Amino acid sequence: MNKSRKQINTTINGEDYTHEVEPRLLLVHYLREVAGLTGTHVGCETSLCGACTAIVDGQAVKTCTMLAVQADGAEITTIEGLAQDGELHPIQEGFWERHGLQCGFCTPGMIVAAHQLLERNPNPSEDEIRHGLEGNFCRCTGYQHIVDAVQYAAEKMQG
Amino acid sequence: MATMAGPSRLIGAPIKRREDPRLVQGLSHYVDDIKLVNTLHCTFLRSDYAHADIKSIDTEAAENLSGVVKVITGSDIAGKVGSIPCAAEIEGLKVPDHPALAVGRVRFVGEPIAAVVATDPYVARDALDLIEVEYDELPAVVDLDAAIESDSTVIYDEFDDNIAFTMPLDAGDVDAAFAEADHVVSQRFVNQRLIPNSIEPRGVLAEYLPGEGTLTVWSSTQVPHHLKTILSLLLDLPEQLVRVIAPEVGGGFGSKLNVYPEEAVVAYLATQLRKPVKWIEKRSEGFTTTIHGRDQVDYVDMAVKNDGTITALRAKLLANMGAYHQLLTPIIPVLTYLMMPGAYKIPNIKLELIGVFTNKMATDAYRGAGRPEATHIIERMVDLAAQKLGMDAKEIRFKNFPQPDEFPLEMATGVTYDSGNYQMSFNKALDTVDYASLRARQAELRGQGRYMGIGIATYAEICGMGPSVGVAGGGWESSTVRIERTGKVTVLTGVSPHGQGQETSFAQIVADEYGISIDDIVIIHGDTGRQPQGIGTFGSRATAVGGAALIIATQQVKEKMAQIAAHMLEANADDLVFEDGNIFVQGSPDSAVTFADVAATAHVAVNLPPEVEPGLEATHFFEPSNFTYPFGAHISIVEVDPETGEIDLQRYVAVDDCGNIINPLLVDGQVHGGIAQGLGQAMYEGAVYDENGQLLTGSFMDYAIPKATQVPRFETEHTTTPSPVNPLGVKGVGEAGTIASSPCLVNAVVDALSPFGITDIDMPMTPNRVWQAIQDAQ
Amino acid sequence: MIASSFEYFAPTSVDEALALLSEHGDDAKILAGGHSLIPAMKLRLAEPAVLIDIQRVEGLKGVSESDGTLVIGALTTHHELESSNLVNQKVPILAQTAGEIGDVQVRNKGTIGGSLSHADPAADWPATILALDADLKIVGSGGERVIKATDFFEELYTTALEADEILTEVHVAVPAENTTGSYLKLHQVASGFALTGVAVVLTKSGDICENIAVGITGVSDVPYRASEVESALAGRALTADNIAAAAEKAADGVDILEDIHASEAYRSNLAKVYTRRAIEGAAS
Repeated sequence: MNKSRKQINTTINGEDYTHEVEPRLLLVHYLREVAGLTGTHVGCETSLCGACTAIVDGQAVKTCTMLAVQADGAEITTIEGLAQDGELHPIQEGFWERHGLQCGFCTPGMIVAAHQLLERNPNPSEDEIRHGLEGNFCRCTGYQHIVDAVQYAAEKMQG
Repeated sequence: MATMAGPSRLIGAPIKRREDPRLVQGLSHYVDDIKLVNTLHCTFLRSDYAHADIKSIDTEAAENLSGVVKVITGSDIAGKVGSIPCAAEIEGLKVPDHPALAVGRVRFVGEPIAAVVATDPYVARDALDLIEVEYDELPAVVDLDAAIESDSTVIYDEFDDNIAFTMPLDAGDVDAAFAEADHVVSQRFVNQRLIPNSIEPRGVLAEYLPGEGTLTVWSSTQVPHHLKTILSLLLDLPEQLVRVIAPEVGGGFGSKLNVYPEEAVVAYLATQLRKPVKWIEKRSEGFTTTIHGRDQVDYVDMAVKNDGTITALRAKLLANMGAYHQLLTPIIPVLTYLMMPGAYKIPNIKLELIGVFTNKMATDAYRGAGRPEATHIIERMVDLAAQKLGMDAKEIRFKNFPQPDEFPLEMATGVTYDSGNYQMSFNKALDTVDYASLRARQAELRGQGRYMGIGIATYAEICGMGPSVGVAGGGWESSTVRIERTGKVTVLTGVSPHGQGQETSFAQIVADEYGISIDDIVIIHGDTGRQPQGIGTFGSRATAVGGAALIIATQQVKEKMAQIAAHMLEANADDLVFEDGNIFVQGSPDSAVTFADVAATAHVAVNLPPEVEPGLEATHFFEPSNFTYPFGAHISIVEVDPETGEIDLQRYVAVDDCGNIINPLLVDGQVHGGIAQGLGQAMYEGAVYDENGQLLTGSFMDYAIPKATQVPRFETEHTTTPSPVNPLGVKGVGEAGTIASSPCLVNAVVDALSPFGITDIDMPMTPNRVWQAIQDAQ
Repeated sequence: MIASSFEYFAPTSVDEALALLSEHGDDAKILAGGHSLIPAMKLRLAEPAVLIDIQRVEGLKGVSESDGTLVIGALTTHHELESSNLVNQKVPILAQTAGEIGDVQVRNKGTIGGSLSHADPAADWPATILALDADLKIVGSGGERVIKATDFFEELYTTALEADEILTEVHVAVPAENTTGSYLKLHQVASGFALTGVAVVLTKSGDICENIAVGITGVSDVPYRASEVESALAGRALTADNIAAAAEKAADGVDILEDIHASEAYRSNLAKVYTRRAIEGAAS
């Protein structure tokens, strides 16, 4: 069934990866099963829950709705790539400080989406935060502490 | 207990979670993140029909697909994998056989028919399309009211009808109370079917080592201990050789308080194929085949006096079981039955609870489990009565609350509420919103043709599950506390947190008791190989029961430590203080021994007092004397757009009394999430099946769980009324938000629409439904 | 969650893409941003044998202005349209519409060309594209053609595109100074698609409605221009009564959808109320 596998080259969290993949392999499965980065999760099949969010060429995308072959040549950042030298990223720190997570399953996608949000809008209102995270479902927190976490990070990142 | 605790530093403090660093970095391991060499991948073929006879299954083409290792059907495992069990014990309960893979007949859409195992999950998926099943479709039973009519199709040949059980209650003199009532209010309620949708789907990984004969199962479950016992029975394996691990679990909300066919089949396949086998649920499977919640139709009458006194309640409760019983299916509506009086003293109650089979997925415990239904009924009925009497919704509640000194209070349904001060929490909520001025504002807006509504729910619920006599499979919980040779503390608990944060809150309890740093304590949970006996996390029980077991085990070890320390210090154990990692005679901190020194002494065992054994470890099994009964008052404020039916939720205030609080940060998180799920039921969520039993809301495209933009900021406050039934004085808070919020919001919308003469509205209160209610009223 | 196998091509020019389309015919599907097609493939509702990924085709991305017309490449993402200064200055209703689509991640990846070609009856773009009276540039093996947006949407999920054609550009005439627009939408609460979406483009002269175009999505199988509303208001004063009376015609002569999310009567009501409010928004 393996019709014409394709070679793809990517850079993930600063490391280069080269693999031959089936064209139908989803990027999220590439990240989890081939690159071994299991922090990016799968929560639905319909491109809605956002648990699989990663940054591909500067854009937060749902990696369950992208083929690995589409990412050929791309630079990808996953949740595992945010902390630097053992220091949590301010958004990760915000989620910890403000109890922005419970079961933690949506959290990597949520943090990556928040990363995109703060990159585009360093000082968002509560309403802007909620809209910026509309593509990420959380069933545990009721979102309030997530909003607080993003506000914490925004303040910290602005110094 | 001879020793005194050090100053309380951590209990009650908003300690940030110790679980979080691994979770925020994506470094934790949920089932699908665990990779074992040579793992095979399982996927399930599921019924397309709600009710059909299976004429034939042809698996040959699938078996011939390269990469496919095995295909099994129900007949292949008959007699080898036991039936999926139901733990409920209810008089006269009909318990149909529930094979892990259907044999001969299917009874709901999504019921597993065959399992495919392949070397790659993509190949396993391809193989599903190659299996041919021939069905003979049968009429589907989908409507709850119609299912108990005499002309209904009967789902089980071995039963006469679709009634799984009936449970009556006749307390007091209900007929006389209705005869003497000044008013009777009556209402039919539909408490719609919900789909839990934890964001992590279910998943199972099983590995069998034939030499050792050990089966290890990683499952996304809330009850690893129950799963261990049941798998050993279903597969006829010695229980001691079965180990179940609940690794990181991504939410459950009751849906993982169960034993599912996939767990049995995957474990069975691992024993047969002798390689690890993994199955990860797809979201579409989660929608059709992970348990659903609620689904009742309730017919209720209430008798009231002119002064607002509620004298009697009469109800027929129809509860949809679905096609098969899962672990606790029939028990869930029993909680509705028990909690019908809610926060009010109602002396006369007559009930008929009827469990009904239909061709749908089984219902079972979903956050609140039976109590949201009871609270919806009673809180709506109280508002309806107030409306009929021309009384304020506030006044009728105060009129019928029990007084604080009446607790413990036996209710007409047979339960005894542990402690309460309903006036205190309600007054706090009323003060927070400035109720009088809200009503004035509402009158002003009505004058402008605007539809503002104020919703109240004053609830009492039952949790801290619970004494074993009231909890199927046992209601106790275990904890082991071990002080290692280095003075580090290991806690093993039978509870199985999946987001609740007990790695933090339990460590707070131990740290305070021992006067040591929280960093010296590790909480181990969710692994039957490390803590062999336990029950799990559900029914807001982890702290009330598991925390109680923990504090007692902690104190037992502390007592022994004090004896050893007293021996070392040549002092009296009763005079010792544990503080800042030291143990010393009160008032003499300068001549202390360290906590670690005492731990070492206990293990080196050459300087022990006479008759004291080496080691520092205790296990306690805590059996609570009663359930706990949290309570509180929620108030919401909405404005309805009468042209479109859209609801603007402007404010939500929650005052909850969950007894003593270990970690207020975690409590607020539980309340927020709970409210959001109740809000989901009130406004967005509902499983819709068509007349053939096909689920029309089978994905997030059609079933809405609340998004960040669809919930407001919640204002949370607390009152504290300790529970007398456990040593921590805690009650539990996992479900309260869900239990209170849906009726609170419905009451608000009905209040907003009362100028139209609208007295009730079904959930979810979609814009379409609200708009239609207004059209129908005009 | 797992698509059927297919063969994958990533052409870098329109000609190369067209050649692949000709070669594989009905077996082939064009992949743009993938946010309509990949979800369908994962559920095996679509099982193309050949996927032609045009993401790497040169010249189909971005927005430029030429002779009073905005030229939007088919591969321009919703996010690019939402955040483009040019779009926000010249035709703000385009940016407003883009911002109402899906969520951030979807807007980052989904494209205007992909959305229009997919022709979901509840998608947002069709309403606005209709109201702006856009031209759509299509290329195929037979050459190039331009058709009106009003001629593009034919049936449910069906457009005027032939099997061997690709939508390459959307052309929007930059409206005059006295023209305003508004896109108003009620979200289907689960999917985020439009239960009703109304785009209004209005040219005023004083208080008089000189010209008005109303595009409506989510209400019928096919997005439509509410011409009854337009003719009821054009040339008349923009009073509350006139606007309300015109908006009452928003669903006239239309076959209205009914599903579990909205009844026919409710959708009809939404079309009217949202049309009225969108006109009021554009007129204010």
